[in-house]
Amino acid sequence: MTVMELSNLSVTLRRRDVIRDVSLSVGKGEFIGLIGPNGAGKTTLMRAALGLIPFVGNSSLAAMPLAERAMAVAWMPQQREIAWPVTVETLVMLGRTPHVGALASPTDHDRSQVDAAIRWMGLDDMRQRAATRLSGGEQARVLIARALAQDTPFVMADEPVAGLDPAHQISTMQTFARLAEQGKSSLVSLHDLGLAARHCTRLVLMSEGRLIADGCPAHVLTPERLAEVFGISAWYQDTEQGPVCQPLEVIR
Amino acid sequence: MRLVLPLVLLVFVLFAASLLIGPAGIGVWEGLSALFTMDESPQALVMREIRLPRALLAVMIGAGLGVSGAAMQGYLRNPLAEPGLIGVSGSAALGAVIAIQTGAATAFALALPMAALAGALGGVLVVVALAGPRGTSLTLILAGIAVSAMAGALTSLVLNLSPNPFAASEIVFWMMGSLADRSMTHVWLALPFMVIGGGLLAATGRGLDAMTLGEDAAEAMGISMGRLRLAVVIGTACIVGAGTAVAGAIGFVGLVVPHVLRPLVGGRPGRLLWASALGGAAMLLAADIAVRIVLPERDLKLGVLTALVGAPLFLHLILKLRGTRI
Repeated sequence: MTVMELSNLSVTLRRRDVIRDVSLSVGKGEFIGLIGPNGAGKTTLMRAALGLIPFVGNSSLAAMPLAERAMAVAWMPQQREIAWPVTVETLVMLGRTPHVGALASPTDHDRSQVDAAIRWMGLDDMRQRAATRLSGGEQARVLIARALAQDTPFVMADEPVAGLDPAHQISTMQTFARLAEQGKSSLVSLHDLGLAARHCTRLVLMSEGRLIADGCPAHVLTPERLAEVFGISAWYQDTEQGPVCQPLEVIR
Repeated sequence: MRLVLPLVLLVFVLFAASLLIGPAGIGVWEGLSALFTMDESPQALVMREIRLPRALLAVMIGAGLGVSGAAMQGYLRNPLAEPGLIGVSGSAALGAVIAIQTGAATAFALALPMAALAGALGGVLVVVALAGPRGTSLTLILAGIAVSAMAGALTSLVLNLSPNPFAASEIVFWMMGSLADRSMTHVWLALPFMVIGGGLLAATGRGLDAMTLGEDAAEAMGISMGRLRLAVVIGTACIVGAGTAVAGAIGFVGLVVPHVLRPLVGGRPGRLLWASALGGAAMLLAADIAVRIVLPERDLKLGVLTALVGAPLFLHLILKLRGTRI
């Protein structure tokens, strides 16, 4: 069973090919890291897959009606926008928007989903604080909790760990890994190859709008690819404590 | 919801006060009974033909400006947004100015509000065409600025070329905004637009709440950005167009009221809509009572007073905000 199916997806912005012929299938219970240098098209690929920007090709998510898609996938954009000083609890409850009717108020089930998301991201102490007054890293965790509260089989997040401290980076990656264990899938763009190698079940490598490699971390993070795509050398080893990938030098 | 009851009470008290305060010096009991009796006494005429439409218009326009200000701020995610931003008040004023200049306004009583409504319609059509079905909030702001600038330039041109100094001064006074000497005809003219606009904006609460997280996140939560933008623009245009048509340009209500009430609703844009409607009605009723009390014989204009009260209030809020943010 797949939660997202992209075939020959291309995006052209201002007559420039930003994404070219990307085909990707995301199965149940996968935690996929989307990696690639700046400008490789990671964000554009995710936004096109969601149907937020025009594209050519097929995306199973973009083909759905809005309300149905909101039940199928949750999206956490890179811009961590919180426009108004609402409480953390209120903000996480926004994730229930697709489930709560236009004139209905949240049910006990909605509240328990919000509680669970808040607990998962360790936000219990700040439930009643204004989300705009939190630190950048805390805001990121609140927004992840919001996406979790949407309770969809698939979560897409654009650089969810950027700006988090090491402990919260690891626990966020573990959150997605635990979702995968429960049969929920996620596609997460990342710049930290170490975290990607260690936690993701599968990596998708992009460069200049094309999909370069797709597979398990050891298969994707080869020295040749890292040199060619990122222009770096790295130390990669399957150790007793799991796979370790440590970038070393710039070689271009 | 603890906020609703005090606001409703406030509007109620101010509405009653608006009915009972005026130069005719009608007593409280006398006035209220004259309102509900069908006789043709002077008191009954004053109450029904002068004070009632004035108070009703203050409630309608105040509530409309409040709710459209809240919707505009919520949609643009900017506390400095106001209903006039999409250029509707400017283009409505242009329509009215043309009606005064050509003499149509003196020839036929409803020519001025009708021309203002036509101007507002033209303005909103241009804005919707410019902001497009796939536009963002930024294109909407730019389109609004363009339409406002164009309408402002054309209004100045009409004033500039006006051969008649009386028409020019009439235009200037009209643009200050007032509720004096309005009749029930004005109420009936504005009411359908106010109801349509209010209905459109009332339905945007859920979408505006989701917009707290930005356009992308809101769309991914099942909110249609195109529909939301259209509802906000058309709803605001109906309200501001009708309001400007019958009362002239009344500033600061749509800017200040949502700003003052935001902390009281926990920052939630959806709840702010209702609160701002009540708050706007209260503010405009109070301002319209004040122009009758402060300088009763000098015809102080309502728009002048709201700006005089609104601007310092706004400054105060900015200073307070500067203190709490690092």
